[in-house]
Amino acid sequence: MNTGLTSEIAALTLEHITLVLIAMAIAIVLAVPAGVLITRRAAWRPWVVGFANVMQTVPSLALFGFLIPVPLIGGIGKRTAVVALVLYALLPILRNTLAGILGVDPAVRESALAMGMTGRQILWRVEVPLASRTILAGIRVATVTTIGTATIAAAIGAGGLGVFIFRGIASVDTTQILAGAMPAACMALAADGALGWIERRSKHF
Amino acid sequence: MSAVVEFRDVSYRVGGREILKQLTLQVNAGETLVLLGRSGCGKTTALKLVNGLLAPSSGAVLVDGTPTSAWDPVKLKRRIGYVIQEVGLFPHYTVAQNVGLVPQLEGWDKARITERVEILLRQVGLDPAQFAGRYPHQLSGGQRQRAGVARALAADPSVLLFDEPFGAVDPVTRLDLQQQFLALRRDLGKTAIFVTHDVREALLLASRIALLRHGEVEVVVTPKEFLRAAGSEAQSFLACLDWKMGDT
Repeated sequence: MNTGLTSEIAALTLEHITLVLIAMAIAIVLAVPAGVLITRRAAWRPWVVGFANVMQTVPSLALFGFLIPVPLIGGIGKRTAVVALVLYALLPILRNTLAGILGVDPAVRESALAMGMTGRQILWRVEVPLASRTILAGIRVATVTTIGTATIAAAIGAGGLGVFIFRGIASVDTTQILAGAMPAACMALAADGALGWIERRSKHF
Repeated sequence: MSAVVEFRDVSYRVGGREILKQLTLQVNAGETLVLLGRSGCGKTTALKLVNGLLAPSSGAVLVDGTPTSAWDPVKLKRRIGYVIQEVGLFPHYTVAQNVGLVPQLEGWDKARITERVEILLRQVGLDPAQFAGRYPHQLSGGQRQRAGVARALAADPSVLLFDEPFGAVDPVTRLDLQQQFLALRRDLGKTAIFVTHDVREALLLASRIALLRHGEVEVVVTPKEFLRAAGSEAQSFLACLDWKMGDT
């Protein structure tokens, strides 16, 4: 393998990781609090979950395309790609946050209330710790999906390992396709393994 | 004798159904009042009105002379110990952390909490050296229930509420826990309201028994008087005592 390709793989892998990390950070910051909020506001639940659901049903290439003409968040480049990746990652995190908190034993919640814990104390000291494993599982699924979806971001000029794949498809060059797909697949496996390890290490009750 | 808890003409309605009908009842300092009744008679509802988990539709529940509606809800709950059948220990806390929770919420310092937890665990018959560091899932049903009682006693509440606490344990353990309850009452002299559908348990533990039927009190009497009570519901419950092998 020539050194030019090797260094390009390294550069695009780094770019890919950056895209994924930024998108995941934003998705977690949005989806976990939103998930917690809709455990308190049952009336908002179908709307919030519905929005996240719809976002995930839009084919990813189309979603990237749709965002190009949108002012502020749209255009060509990384910013648009991050927005699309965030929209994709929301659902698994949101749904698992909701399920994790609603899954807390009602007897535990009642006794927390009966001991004079405030709503905030119950959330932070009881519900979030007990739901953390489920929330983490949602983050894991979202991360693995995002690593894959981020390859499509190259279609709108956001860079990343997708650059190889699109170039390989255009020039019918399997080596180029593999140069993009292999690192992406390895990254997904590594993320899955690492997050799974954290998940197993967190206490299960 | 002064009433620590008083129900004044309390009704509780939900969805058009009247769960409690003009309940009037006094619980005196140091006594164990058992609320006895069938499933759905409103006894658990009555209990939840005391610590403010529910609010009466009409009438008032007074705790230490103040209506629950006038209490700060958090302060009220921390003055009252609550023990339920499912125990509700926090699965992610050790026994010591569970028992020390209310003192910790009340801002006690660490050394005082540790000391208090040890005393409480001994009082309920759990060796602190052996059990303090365990998680609830590492305990038997009876041990969990003991830890639940210790937690309820932690901040020295003025009233203890028990909602069928021994309903889910085997009969041998149950008798053990009942004896422990009597010993605790003798040692601590706490006021308690105890909900059960088990007439034997009521007779064993009660200072007085309040028999509930469809949200109304049929009779409030001592266990001795209960054995001679003439009401139809009292008769139904007493009939449970007479059943022997060979009867059909």
